[in-house]
Amino acid sequence: MALLEIRNLHARVEEKEILKGVNLTVNPGEIHAIMGPNGSGKSTLASVLAGREDYEVTEGEVLYDGKNLLEMDPDERAREGLFMAFQYPVELPGVNMATFLREALKAIREHRGLPPLSPAEFMKLLKEKAALVGLDPSLKQRSVNEGFSGGEKKRSEIFQLALLEPRLAILDETDSGLDIDALRAVANGVNKLRAPDRAFVIITHYQRLLNYIVPDYVHVMVDGRIVRSGDKNLALELEEKGYDWIKEEVGLVA
Amino acid sequence: MTTTLTATTTRPEDRFLHAFEAYAGEVLNGTSEHLATLRRKAIERFSALGFPGRKSEAWKYTPIAKALQHPYKIDPMPAVPTLNEASLAAYAIPELDAYRVVLVNGRFVPELSAGSDLPEGVVLTSLETAAREHADLFEKYFAYYLDFENEPFLALNTAFARDGFFLYVPEGAALERPVHVLNLIDTSEELFLQPRHVVAVAPGATLKLIASGHSQSNARTFTNSVMEVFVGQGAEVHQYDLRLEGDRASSIYTTQAYLEGGARYTNGTLTLGGALVRNNVQVRFNDQEGEAHLYGLFLGRGTMHIDNHTMIDHAVPNCVSNELYKGILDDQATGVFNGKVLVRPHAQKTNAYQSNKSIVLTREARMYSKPELEIYADDVRCTHGAACGQLDENGIFYLRTRGLTLQQARAMMLLAFARDVLDQITIEPLRAYLDALVAARVGA
Repeated sequence: MALLEIRNLHARVEEKEILKGVNLTVNPGEIHAIMGPNGSGKSTLASVLAGREDYEVTEGEVLYDGKNLLEMDPDERAREGLFMAFQYPVELPGVNMATFLREALKAIREHRGLPPLSPAEFMKLLKEKAALVGLDPSLKQRSVNEGFSGGEKKRSEIFQLALLEPRLAILDETDSGLDIDALRAVANGVNKLRAPDRAFVIITHYQRLLNYIVPDYVHVMVDGRIVRSGDKNLALELEEKGYDWIKEEVGLVA
Repeated sequence: MTTTLTATTTRPEDRFLHAFEAYAGEVLNGTSEHLATLRRKAIERFSALGFPGRKSEAWKYTPIAKALQHPYKIDPMPAVPTLNEASLAAYAIPELDAYRVVLVNGRFVPELSAGSDLPEGVVLTSLETAAREHADLFEKYFAYYLDFENEPFLALNTAFARDGFFLYVPEGAALERPVHVLNLIDTSEELFLQPRHVVAVAPGATLKLIASGHSQSNARTFTNSVMEVFVGQGAEVHQYDLRLEGDRASSIYTTQAYLEGGARYTNGTLTLGGALVRNNVQVRFNDQEGEAHLYGLFLGRGTMHIDNHTMIDHAVPNCVSNELYKGILDDQATGVFNGKVLVRPHAQKTNAYQSNKSIVLTREARMYSKPELEIYADDVRCTHGAACGQLDENGIFYLRTRGLTLQQARAMMLLAFARDVLDQITIEPLRAYLDALVAARVGA
């Protein structure tokens, strides 16, 4: 069974229709890249999958592990193994990183029928996962994302991914605003987390990240639809030619 | 058709004036000549001032006259039920090693209060005993600066002042352990209570003072409490006031602090309980290089009404004041913050900071915030900020995408908001105690 099955998904924000019939199937172990020009609906798709309430699904369905994902609350989705790495992780002054992650991990482990970790086990795990993305382990003493640099925020998202061990991870423009070192660290983290039972959906504007994380499939999204799918070579083609030729092909640009 | 008109136009003030005359001969007498003179002056002022009416700016958001129409029993010497250690245990702060003072219905209970183990020279006793046995100290500090001429509740309290605690820390003394004053309300009568406390910390001395108010009973009561705090030259006082009363207890708490040169004063006022609660915290710098830090946290629920009025009087140059008040209003609760900073014409080099932030959780809850800066000097640094809003939806969403329930996410955000204030508390067992109380309140 597919891990994620998106069928004819339509969604709008306020009165504006943004997703206009998205179809996508993701199997366990696969890495899918979704590319596309600005405003094509990539991030909206990520938000709808994560459960943001600002978006209204008007048509279609999303099955996650055979269950109706759209009926689940955002936290239920997370406990079921869906993870979203945000493009702009929110800063939460006063919310301690370690406390937050301990609670999150506890909730997710409990859902999987696992006992909570002891404080020592938890701290050991934090250190281990922080090392995976080259994150300064003292960050755990700080407030969630507060005062983090752009690179630290993105590393922190992948660090959380590593800690919470999701079955499906969605990376929303994780590469935007990253210098080459941070980009490598993030990519290395993701590569180490590849597993036969885990899938990734990587949303990106540029091909750059895909030099480090090699996708099984590349999809191009234009005007709220996936208009073309292929393998990693499609990404290279896009890098070379830009998006306009695809827009032309699908008749969106004169 | 005939209509009978009955005389129902008696002002609530009259009941207090009559009670004063009824008690003046006995209960309110005999302690000291000094006090008797002050009382007479105070009741005259009260009579002239009356309770603040609807047009009073200082009471704009708190309908106090209405609250005082209830015929509370005015008794300067209310009965004190017998209490034992077991019944006090519920109000102890875990791990806190403190000198304990117990007041029940505003009356000092010596059997339950610290005594012989106090360091040499420290006076900790009832107001009445202090007036009798330490007349020099009493007359020096009691109502010395207190502005009862202009404030009706201070005048009223002064007129009826009969009991409360008196604490004196002599020059250079450092009380290692904090003093914890337990104010218990334990009555079946609808009492109007007026405790009066005096705290005098002599030059160079230090004091950590915790005062917590609790309800042992469920009768409707009203407390008009006044505490005068004198911080001598170079002295340091950390004061934390905890309002943990039940939802039938209304109160006005006024704390007036007077800071001499180089004195440092911290006031933390944390309101978690009560019906109508008005906290007046007033600080006056009497000499240069003084420093005052005012922290407030108020959590309103049900129909609670919590009004915080702070007043910092920069009467002299070179002083620093810093204020942070935060509130969370749930259900139909109302919160008020009015922070006045007065920088007088010659108070140059004043640094004054003020911040008030509130979260309003429901459509019915209300928050009124009013910074009031009056600056008459030109070489000063004063800032203020007020913000009021709802919980950050993006933050909640972020936490939920990591598996926390809506309830958990909200609680985590609210606790973080409150901790800004809680983390300023320098007495660790007290901080931990309040952190746990607040966590439980916000559902963490």
